[in-house]
Amino acid sequence: MCGIAGIIHRDGPSDMGAELTRMLQSMKHRGPDSTGYAFYSEPDDLVTIRFMLAEPNEYGGFGFDEKIERSRAEVESRLAKIGADLVTIHSDTGYAFRAKIRYDGDLKTLADYLEDIPGCQVLSLGNSLEIVKDLGDANSVLEQYNLGGIRGTHGIGHVRMATESDVDLASAHPYWAYPFADVAVVHNGQLTNYHTWRRRLERAGHRFQSECDSEIIAVYLAEKLESGMDLNTAMKYSLDDFDGVFTYLVATSDQLGIAKDEMAAKPLVLFESDDLVVMASEEIAIRALVGREVDTRDPYEREVLTWQV
Amino acid sequence: MAGLTKSGVIYDARGLVEPDPEPPMTAEIDGEKAVIDATDLTTRKINLELKRIVYDEGVNEVTIVNPGSKHSLGVGILKRCKITFEGSPGWYACGLIDGPEVQINGRVGWSLAENMMSGSVVVEGPAGSLTGAALRGGDLVIKGNVGARTGIDQKGGTIITLGNAGINTGFMMQRGHQIICGDANDGLGDSMYDGFIYVGGKIASLGVDCVPAEMDDSDHEFINRKFEIYGLGTPPELKKFECGKVLHNYDALEPSERKLVL
Repeated sequence: MCGIAGIIHRDGPSDMGAELTRMLQSMKHRGPDSTGYAFYSEPDDLVTIRFMLAEPNEYGGFGFDEKIERSRAEVESRLAKIGADLVTIHSDTGYAFRAKIRYDGDLKTLADYLEDIPGCQVLSLGNSLEIVKDLGDANSVLEQYNLGGIRGTHGIGHVRMATESDVDLASAHPYWAYPFADVAVVHNGQLTNYHTWRRRLERAGHRFQSECDSEIIAVYLAEKLESGMDLNTAMKYSLDDFDGVFTYLVATSDQLGIAKDEMAAKPLVLFESDDLVVMASEEIAIRALVGREVDTRDPYEREVLTWQV
Repeated sequence: MAGLTKSGVIYDARGLVEPDPEPPMTAEIDGEKAVIDATDLTTRKINLELKRIVYDEGVNEVTIVNPGSKHSLGVGILKRCKITFEGSPGWYACGLIDGPEVQINGRVGWSLAENMMSGSVVVEGPAGSLTGAALRGGDLVIKGNVGARTGIDQKGGTIITLGNAGINTGFMMQRGHQIICGDANDGLGDSMYDGFIYVGGKIASLGVDCVPAEMDDSDHEFINRKFEIYGLGTPPELKKFECGKVLHNYDALEPSERKLVL
């Protein structure tokens, strides 16, 4: 099933961590397997990397801490070799890390070099975006990663009910659009021409972090953005290029968009005011954030909407 | 920003909404009327309280304030009574009801009045997808737009939509009436078996085996009567559609006979 949610604060940064958590927790019934967030703050001169060095399922095994320590040392060594100046690094969980670096080079080269380390997955890279995701419901991920203090201008989130791929972090949303900075996607649905598009994008030089169909959307859109296409047009193309049933949200450093397939089989409810735009699979998530009766609407089939943040 | 609140949804250890079977006894009862403030109540508690006052306390006019889109509200009420929601009851509202007259002063989410047997539900705003799914009887009036697959598998009753209708409205409809005053999206009446659909606006495309039909006096009488009952004014000019009965399921030949014919 899965549930998706998004927030734009038009009046400046807000407590995005706590707000998205409230929305996602209210949709726990749509997916208790994993919860993920893509937070966007004002763009920074530094690059933020969120990465993990092991799956949470592996955590605590024999020699685990030593293995993580070796991998972390290797990450720091490779960052130095590639010319990235490590400013800060820390971990809330023991296996997932957040680092701030000063780096002007190619992000693909950086991501590939880090992911060459066994067990290393880059979750997000960019000057504005940070992706946090883990197993369990929103409240447990909030607590584990201390998300209560995270502020942001906009964000998207996802609760996952695993259906066609494993309950692990690699299959959890949001997906960063490797290797493009600051693009993230959450998706509810199934893409039935996943393998066709995966082969097509792999032939174009892209690689995928997971076996999850949703990752295709992120890379597909980012490739179109990279070619100069605007987000709204790229999303409209996706309605024709993707088969299946889907509703997805995509965010960049300064935009957020929604798209719904032609069957409108996956829900989305939208609330828009002068200072706030909120969207979610179910209205109950909007009510978890906005404490009053509000006029909401369901976007129609084949509807694409984008907002400038 | 002002008005942001904590989630009011409570989960038990399994992640399900709490299973306590006791009604909260919080309704304010005044003779045959009552008000339930749903602010701090879960779906289950709201429904328990509603059933308590309707069945045990003899209340026949209930107003539910602050429903908070909590899903599955007002379901399974099998008695004549009046229920008013002041705000959105969320998804799956008023499913399986038999008798109530429901007024919703707001919008509703997906699957309103699924399997409703009799009574009426009037929605002042829009409704989500699957509105009136498997409707068996009674009237459903939506004053805004409706989402995709409205009246899917409809088996009776009437759905009146003053706005537009989404894709595959009337999909596999089996009986009953739909009156859509606005536009209808693609696949109207796809694979319908029976029943009638009336559309006032543009139709993006007809579904398989949905064909135009002639309006007659009984159609006009029926539509005018429904509009009069609910104070909807004068109905627009409508086009009528019905099942063409040419799909394979109307083929009376056995497979062996079909081979001989073909």
